[in-house]
Amino acid sequence: MKKLIATKLFKTPLWLTSIAASTLGFAQLAFAQEEPKYNLPTPVSPLTKDIYALHVMTSWVALILMVIVTIIVVYSLVKFRKSKGYEPDQNFHKSWFGRWAWALVPLLVLGIDMAIAGRAASTLKALYNHPDADITIKVTGSQWKWTYEYMDDDIRFNSNLNKDLTPEDKQYLRDVDNPLVLPVDTNVRFLHTATDVLHNWWVPAVAYKVDSVPGFINETRTRIEEIGTYRGQCAENCGTGHAFMPIVVKAVSKEDYAVWKTEQQAKSAAAAAEASADKEWSMDELMARGKAVYEKSCVACHQMTGEGIPGVFPALKGSPVAVGDMATHIGTVVNGVSGTAMAAWKNQLNDLELAAVITYERNAWDNDKGDLAQPADIKAVR
Amino acid sequence: MNATAVHEEAHHHGPPKGYKRWLFSTNHKDIGTMYLIFALVMMFLGGAMAMLIRAELYMPGLQFLEPDFYNNMVTNHALIMVFGMVMPAAAGLANWMIPLMIGAPDMALPRLNNLSFWLLPMGATMLILSMFAPVLFPGTGGLVNTGWTLYPPLSIQAGMGMEFLIFTIHILGISSILASINIVVTILNMRAPGMKLFEMPMFVWAWLFTGLLLIIIMPVFAGGVTMLLFDRHFGTSFFDAAGGGDPVLFQHLFWFFGHPEVYVLLLPSIGVLAMIIPTFSRKPLFGYNSLIGGMGVLFTLGLVAWAHHQYTVGMAYGPTSWFMVITILISIPVGLMLLNFMMTMWRGAMTFETPMLFAVSIVLMFSFAGVTGIMLAVVPADLQYHDTMFVVAHFHYALIPGAVFGLFAAAFYWLPKWTGNMYDEKLGKIFFWWNVISFNVTFFPQHFYGLAGMPRRVVDYNPAFADLNMLSSIAAFSYGISHLLFLYIIIKTIRGGEPATEEVWEGSRIGTHGLEWTVPSPPPYHTFETAPSLKPLKY
Repeated sequence: MKKLIATKLFKTPLWLTSIAASTLGFAQLAFAQEEPKYNLPTPVSPLTKDIYALHVMTSWVALILMVIVTIIVVYSLVKFRKSKGYEPDQNFHKSWFGRWAWALVPLLVLGIDMAIAGRAASTLKALYNHPDADITIKVTGSQWKWTYEYMDDDIRFNSNLNKDLTPEDKQYLRDVDNPLVLPVDTNVRFLHTATDVLHNWWVPAVAYKVDSVPGFINETRTRIEEIGTYRGQCAENCGTGHAFMPIVVKAVSKEDYAVWKTEQQAKSAAAAAEASADKEWSMDELMARGKAVYEKSCVACHQMTGEGIPGVFPALKGSPVAVGDMATHIGTVVNGVSGTAMAAWKNQLNDLELAAVITYERNAWDNDKGDLAQPADIKAVR
Repeated sequence: MNATAVHEEAHHHGPPKGYKRWLFSTNHKDIGTMYLIFALVMMFLGGAMAMLIRAELYMPGLQFLEPDFYNNMVTNHALIMVFGMVMPAAAGLANWMIPLMIGAPDMALPRLNNLSFWLLPMGATMLILSMFAPVLFPGTGGLVNTGWTLYPPLSIQAGMGMEFLIFTIHILGISSILASINIVVTILNMRAPGMKLFEMPMFVWAWLFTGLLLIIIMPVFAGGVTMLLFDRHFGTSFFDAAGGGDPVLFQHLFWFFGHPEVYVLLLPSIGVLAMIIPTFSRKPLFGYNSLIGGMGVLFTLGLVAWAHHQYTVGMAYGPTSWFMVITILISIPVGLMLLNFMMTMWRGAMTFETPMLFAVSIVLMFSFAGVTGIMLAVVPADLQYHDTMFVVAHFHYALIPGAVFGLFAAAFYWLPKWTGNMYDEKLGKIFFWWNVISFNVTFFPQHFYGLAGMPRRVVDYNPAFADLNMLSSIAAFSYGISHLLFLYIIIKTIRGGEPATEEVWEGSRIGTHGLEWTVPSPPPYHTFETAPSLKPLKY
């Protein structure tokens, strides 16, 4: 991969490469600690570095073209003024330049275009090249959180906005409860999809963006070269909570990753065992767990008070579903309501979590239905 | 052309009195005026929405607007500005000026002309109703929060307002297809005897391309939103993967319309520019034929470049390369047009009345939109820029100088012709500087916080983007208020002012060889009732 980049840079005109490199160097120097505030974040993977170099090159082409245009216009404005007594040259359009400009200028622009397209095509090819990956992560966007699934390692968790931060905090809207943890110097493949509407998983330093389209899978790749924490957020309008689904990627050493992986696997195995155990859960236990699940997964729409947002998201407090028939309630939460923002939660929460949150909804905010759902009830309708 | 004779005839065929003059009008000048007034009203409505958007983005945190209301403003601001402001204003200019330029007594289809205008207020009413749908029809879902692109599945989730928007698009689409047919037919059939196609004023050429583009693209968009309506209500699954459909299909239909639509907004202003710059440079347009050729190439490439708005949807390598290359090639006709404008100024004798000031600023700022456009055309880099404020900055640079400033320039250029009064030049210049400076301070910083990672259509953001957002907002308020001055200048000009001559500007007859400068200012109610004779019109 490193060789690929080197060849590509070599193909670009030398002066452009050197300008690009010096700008890149300056940017890194100036923002050694801070992320750049006025430019793309410092890239940390071969592909994003390549894209960054391309960005620097096209920016310079843009700047140079703008300088040329500005010089011509400003020179004309200063020189060819009636107030300075300049006599208009009525035959200028009949000069050799006037006769041939229609061909000369497009040729010149075509030359610039070909240079840009040629340089871009090599990067584009690299993006469509799909070598084997060491780790494959399925990234699922849902209104409004991300679900990460380590396809080969049985790890799966949701990543929600950290709601405790205020606009004064540095990481406001850029922090999550469970970051995606990845090892450095490892080929990672992301498979992007969504459960409800379009989303877009964008962490500019780590990977370029492709849309998460419900029903389809798109692919991006990365190989993070530096340990660190990289942040981004959903880049495709996904409705009410679009601004509130950030992404955090924690790149750790391979050793730390192995430790983290074992911990996670143990944790999820324990949770799965707990959820599938034939235990009858008490009201208090379910209410406590249900409250936690509700506050993580449901409040964005239905609100802490269970009153929803009138006209947009229905209330649960006193709603016909939450205080009505248990089977309907379970069906609604497990399978969602098609054509609305109500998601099917069966793939996002386990049986115990589902049972707990349904119990919570039936008994919180003066609903006081008094009945409770057990994990077995959920299992039965899966 | 004998001006007095025209005057006397006009007295015999004066307009009907009262509301009937406007409601039943088949007169191209009255309909043109109504189009322009409608556009002005919509500009203030859409502008007020932009002010709300900038007020919310003034600082991090949720201050004024709920997220859904915010994105509803984003949606309606765009729809109103595109369909309610720029397109009607350009159609108004066409109505007023094209018959005068080509020496036609009126539009070819005057009653159709009446219909195509009066559909607009209906469409606008539907659009405004869409914002009140959650109140009018409680329990049918929330506000439309999709952005003007109306992408499913989000637009399938939206409330009843979506139906109103779909029908708005149908009505406005019918209106612009009818207007386009009318304009194209007028240009092809109603020219004064002896006026050849390649002798027409550039504004007429620009509208010929615009009209043809609209006739090609509007039906596709209407079809797309109708499929959306069917998905919402009749159980079809055009855009639902669960039923065998594809959400991305809508994006292709939308952008097949949406990309040429950019040129629909742009071309009339390019036509205006091609007349203003020679007028105030006192030197013929550089490259009359090559400008027409450039517009033709732009027309063709514009129809096959649409998917560059969707590089991120996961297209295969082949089509992605195609759309990248075609998009980069668009720089050729655009570069040629800009060169023609610069070379028209070159070795001219320029004066800087308000229309010319706008024209020069367009050449500079539209070039800037062009070069950021090349950056965006490059697929790998776009995979970083896509859906960030960088894109917002780019298309506001393309559409405000490219289209809106062209309309401002046209208004100042032709107001004396329409009203018979010169506008207040000093106020015009104040308006120009106020408008252009605050525009730049609003949108230039957006490139940078876009690159730094602020996405579009977010109601709230990380404090890292706070400083520049505050700057953008303050400048945006100033930009918004500046348009009140524009309104004041127009009203003042209508009410009186130094009388304008037939030619209005010293260089008018250099700027165009059309017939609009042979009629008095203001023109009588009916012009060219007998076909005018042409002096040799050679560029």
